Amino acid sequence: MVLLILILLPAAAAGAAYLVRPVRLRSVLLIGTALVHVVLAGSLWAGPVAPALRGWLAIDPLGLLVLSLVSILFLVIAVYAVGFLQAESPRGGRVFVSGLLAFLAAATLVAVSHHLALLWVGMETTTLALAPLVYHRHDRRSLEAVWKYLLLSSVGIALALLGTFFLAAAQRSGHPLLLEDLIAGSATLHPALLRTAFIFLLVGYGTKMGLAPLHAWKPDTYGEAPSLVAGLMAGGLTSCAFLGVARITEVTMAAGLAAFVQPLLLAFGLVSLVVAAAFMIGQSDLKRLLAYSSVEHMGLLVLGLGLGGAGPYGTVLHLVNNALTKGVVFLTVGNVVLATGSASAGLARGILRRLPVSGVVLLLGLFAVTGSPPFGLFLSEFTILNAAIAQGHPWVALIVVGLLAVIFVGMAAVVLDVVYAPAESPAPVVRENILLTAGPVALLLAVLLFGLYLPPPLHRVLFAAAQGLGVTAP
Amino acid sequence: MSGLHELLLLCVVLTNFWVLGTTRLSSTIRATAIQGALLAALPVTLHPGWSLHLVALAAGTFLVKAVVLPSFLFWAIREAAVRREIEPLIGFSASLALGAVAVALSFGIAQRIPLPEPGSTLLIPVALSTVMVGLLVLTTRNKALSQVVGYLVLENGIYVFGLSQAERVPFLVELGVLLDIFVGIFIMGIVVFHINRAFDSLDSTRLSELKD
Repeated sequence: MVLLILILLPAAAAGAAYLVRPVRLRSVLLIGTALVHVVLAGSLWAGPVAPALRGWLAIDPLGLLVLSLVSILFLVIAVYAVGFLQAESPRGGRVFVSGLLAFLAAATLVAVSHHLALLWVGMETTTLALAPLVYHRHDRRSLEAVWKYLLLSSVGIALALLGTFFLAAAQRSGHPLLLEDLIAGSATLHPALLRTAFIFLLVGYGTKMGLAPLHAWKPDTYGEAPSLVAGLMAGGLTSCAFLGVARITEVTMAAGLAAFVQPLLLAFGLVSLVVAAAFMIGQSDLKRLLAYSSVEHMGLLVLGLGLGGAGPYGTVLHLVNNALTKGVVFLTVGNVVLATGSASAGLARGILRRLPVSGVVLLLGLFAVTGSPPFGLFLSEFTILNAAIAQGHPWVALIVVGLLAVIFVGMAAVVLDVVYAPAESPAPVVRENILLTAGPVALLLAVLLFGLYLPPPLHRVLFAAAQGLGVTAP
Repeated sequence: MSGLHELLLLCVVLTNFWVLGTTRLSSTIRATAIQGALLAALPVTLHPGWSLHLVALAAGTFLVKAVVLPSFLFWAIREAAVRREIEPLIGFSASLALGAVAVALSFGIAQRIPLPEPGSTLLIPVALSTVMVGLLVLTTRNKALSQVVGYLVLENGIYVFGLSQAERVPFLVELGVLLDIFVGIFIMGIVVFHINRAFDSLDSTRLSELKD
């Protein structure tokens, strides 16, 4: 029942937000829904709940992780959105808020779906819900971005549907496309059809994750979408897409096809890291830079899956840290854009003087997002690198370390310039809106905490989530 | 009934070639409308016995793919006043030839896919060739609207493939899939409309401001 409410509540709120005229009431609706959603999602940590809809909706450790991440990130972004719509003329206020809420409903559906076709429906809906938000500014550049986003994501997701049908064809026993039955009957799955299904699903959901070379939409979309929408995509949408890849990986691993699956994941991971590093050098736009950083982190996620050993544990930990960190950096860059009108290193300067809070958060966010200690991403990247060496891929570890160093230099060059370089004309210090700074600061503290201390319940859920993905006890 | 669905499947292939070979946008939309109607008729001819599930699937498909989406796309080209696809990346005769290659390739691949009881020997090759034609149109046509048509054809191919599993995929899910595709194309159509207003052209090659 809780699972159904988690989906239907934001869906109903999305409809209501479109009908409600007063801005204040809409803000209350947005934040209220987000709060209730966080509380309900949090209640799932207390113990197992009964599956709903004949087992199509159920919660397992991996789904719980993604659900909680999306829920927390959404709450932060909802609060931020209220401040953002105050600052930006709310021409799309209605569509904006109801698009956000529709996304929450769809992302929840993805997280709790144990029916893989239902998961597809949720995934396609997340794409569509955010499309009008990308086009928020209503200019030529955002039009181009939304077109690329829609077309490439739709084609990717169409291929994932083909993969889902191949998976149904591979199945011989049990309820069709139900995750539990697929895993229980994995020995009877048709191997050739299962391999085909895996490739289509990896390419399809990989496009939504933004794995290179399927990432073409990502820099344009993140660059043109309002920062909070880009943050919701980089932290929430990609986590959902990763869940799609993780589900089919669970099934193929259970069927004993690890030797087929792992090299593919490894290759996608390495290519993504190489592409991200190559395009980050010389990039001057903060949001495009962060888009390539997202390509990098998506690459690390599948790399960890492909390594086996402790790799999948590193991956799920990385999933948590990446989602929270993306919230920090995108929202802070959003503050820079609101203050200076640009995310480009040439135009946005002297941020530390003009926006004291955002300046500091952006600086610390730089270290967090590049995986420097003591932030959480350092711990998860370290786990993945360790797994690479332990699993007998020292060259993979070596290449990854080299690429991470390049990425650090590429990011630092731009961020340090934006933060420290003196502004051309002396601009007054802005008194920052707490709605726009509270969220990023809270997320930054969480990422810092997870780098220093992992609460035992979280560790247990992470380990249980990694279990189906081929983790072997370290 | 076995002859009937094979005839329908062959007609689906013909509509693919129609989409590939014509320059008039209104004509390609008409082709997808006919393809949608053929797809709607397929489930009832393919599976003997009338079940509520199949009839509802057929009705929903007909409504969305043969009536609503084509009329919406017709509205879009009328508003935008575009008529023809000019200078595609690959010429029309070349893309027809590629379409023929796709069909041959699909028959070759389909023989190697060991699908349990696909319902018809033609089903899988037609599905795969339709998917390929959809991708071909998507990647080689310049007009944003032609690309939407390509996406629609791609989805139609996947739908035909899904028919081999029709009894195994629950109706609720099929409904969700249909709804998602409908909304997807609807939003694409709106974006096409805005592209036309902003650029005075439906040419998606004009969309090239964003680069590294």
